[in-house]
Amino acid sequence: MNTVFGVPIQALFSQLLVGLINGSFYALLSLGLAVIFGLLNVINFCHGALYMLGALVAWLMLEHFGIGYWGALIIAPIAVGLFGALIERTMIKRIAGLDPLYGLLLTFGLALIIQGVARNYFGVSGEPYEIPPQLTGGRNLGFMFLPNYRAWVVLVSVLLCGSTWYVTERTRLGSYLRAATENPLLVQAFGINVPRMITITYALGVGLAALAGVMAAPIYRVNPLMGADLIIVVFAVVVIGGMGSIFGSILTGFGLGVIEGLTKVYYPEASSTVVFVIMAIVLLLKPAGLFGRTA
Amino acid sequence: MRIASRLLALVCLLPVAALAQEKVVKIGVLNDQSGLYTDLGGPGSVIAAKMAAEEFGNKVAGMPIEIVTADHQNKPDIGSSIATKWIDVDKVDAILDVPNSGVSLAIAKIVADKNKVFIDSGAATSDLTGKACTPNTVHWTYDTWALANGTGKEVVKAGGDTWFFLTADYAFGKALERDTTAVVQANGGKVLGSVLHPLNTPDFSSFLLQAQASKAKIIGLANAGGDTINSIKSASEFGIVQGGQKLAGLLVFISDVHALGLKTAQGLQLTTAFYWDHDDKTRAWSKKFAARHGGKMPTMVQAGVYAGVLHYLKAVQALKSDEDGKAVVDKMKAIPTDDPLFGKGSVRADGRTIHPMYLYEVKKPAESKGPWDYYKLIREIPADQAFRPLSQSDCPLITKK
Repeated sequence: MNTVFGVPIQALFSQLLVGLINGSFYALLSLGLAVIFGLLNVINFCHGALYMLGALVAWLMLEHFGIGYWGALIIAPIAVGLFGALIERTMIKRIAGLDPLYGLLLTFGLALIIQGVARNYFGVSGEPYEIPPQLTGGRNLGFMFLPNYRAWVVLVSVLLCGSTWYVTERTRLGSYLRAATENPLLVQAFGINVPRMITITYALGVGLAALAGVMAAPIYRVNPLMGADLIIVVFAVVVIGGMGSIFGSILTGFGLGVIEGLTKVYYPEASSTVVFVIMAIVLLLKPAGLFGRTA
Repeated sequence: MRIASRLLALVCLLPVAALAQEKVVKIGVLNDQSGLYTDLGGPGSVIAAKMAAEEFGNKVAGMPIEIVTADHQNKPDIGSSIATKWIDVDKVDAILDVPNSGVSLAIAKIVADKNKVFIDSGAATSDLTGKACTPNTVHWTYDTWALANGTGKEVVKAGGDTWFFLTADYAFGKALERDTTAVVQANGGKVLGSVLHPLNTPDFSSFLLQAQASKAKIIGLANAGGDTINSIKSASEFGIVQGGQKLAGLLVFISDVHALGLKTAQGLQLTTAFYWDHDDKTRAWSKKFAARHGGKMPTMVQAGVYAGVLHYLKAVQALKSDEDGKAVVDKMKAIPTDDPLFGKGSVRADGRTIHPMYLYEVKKPAESKGPWDYYKLIREIPADQAFRPLSQSDCPLITKK
């Protein structure tokens, strides 16, 4: 059998695919972060907590109302999105225009509170959440066994990333958004309700995180720390891609998932640090990130 | 003005009053209160310690018992500085629980240097009573040797003679892999390979694919808590078991099974020192515990903290003092252990508490009669076979003799 650095090519293919699956989550989360940072200039540190909240809402709906995965896929992001709108209206709005550091501290505090409350009620081991019956099982691709659910995750993630990119870069609404980022005062002078647009954007970004949470629920456990474990990596993804660059964060999300997957084959001990090593190198060479627009 | 000066006088008197206060037996429960090992020990261990103290009426040999607690966050440096402060400043007499082998090895050394008492329940490494043993350490509940000897031996005997390990990349995982490898080889099996994964890995699919490619019959999970849960979940998703390979969870807690759900966990074999539904005594205690812990049944770690505190207090009572840590531990070794959860046993010269271990299998969903009814007994491993015999010990306390 052919090998690449001692690893059979077939094994390598399957690792690439697994990396792509993890990359889907990185891409979905960093996308929301990029959108929020782009428009609000807020480094949304509670993104991971809201992702966890999405999964938790899905679990609670199943436990208490018998609403399954498909319902949760729609309702949980809306519920968490509304919660996000509330956060924006009552708190983040008040620090608009200040140093981004304030936003970072505020959202970091929020993340700790949300996670702490969840941990208090649900413990850390998490709650089981089954894969919906339509997506159980998998198919044998010859070089690996691909669970249907993971294929679904990649599909949804690519679709969502693509449409978000399309909306922000190719539609009128997107052009308003981008204009408001550049010069909110001027855009408001043209009669566009900028504060409302900001709230909607934040809610959308948060909704994306919650959606990722619902999709992650059957793969990982629904547990209060699921977001905290992920958010640091996702931030590294955003930094590497370039803060606020939507295209950059999508591409780096998938790319880093793959690189991390490969590390798990060649030097597994480093798999939790490789993303940060890359981040350090990118920052040294291109301080604005790979796709960053401003230095 | 008058009031102010009186207040000032009062403040001046306070330290004197504190000094004159009677001696307190202070027990510190040091464990993971926020991370991946919270549910197997965490606040539940604190409740267990309190329950033991309450059985003594919160007083031993005329001294009040006080329980303090802290979160070591699975970091040896944080754990060490808490332990040092506890002993030097807060006058803590005994440190309990300490899951995470990395942290526990650091604490064992500090406690020995300062001549206090260390009763470990949560950590797994058999080095605590092996090459890192001290005259001040008691290792209560289980260790990697016992786990390997239970699950490992059983699985090899049942025909699982080729192994691949998923190993948590720190002291515990490596000790568990080492001890299991020895058991597998001694019983005629072979280890085909292993992969070291970082602690607290969210996604195991990559590692499982490597295990799958190894074609080993058994995939040994030398990890714990959240890592074990995630490994088993991913394995069921990637069709590992349907593919003819079997998982051997070398360290599985009831909190893990609860999180996995019986549908995913069914059929898993595990070795444990304690199961709440073992007999009338364990049931009675566990129900009392669950009532104080949000309905959650105790893990073997929490049970071990209770029994450890109980035995410690018995030794303090016999000595009428908790000052000399080594003397207290010697007393603990001298008097036989006897508690409702682990039964009659002893603390051996190397600090190892000897009691039976049990091999259980996780029930199918249809077999379970209700919440927390999870295990069925395969067999009991008698106390004299459950732990590493002293003849194989590399503990300096033993080899020096």
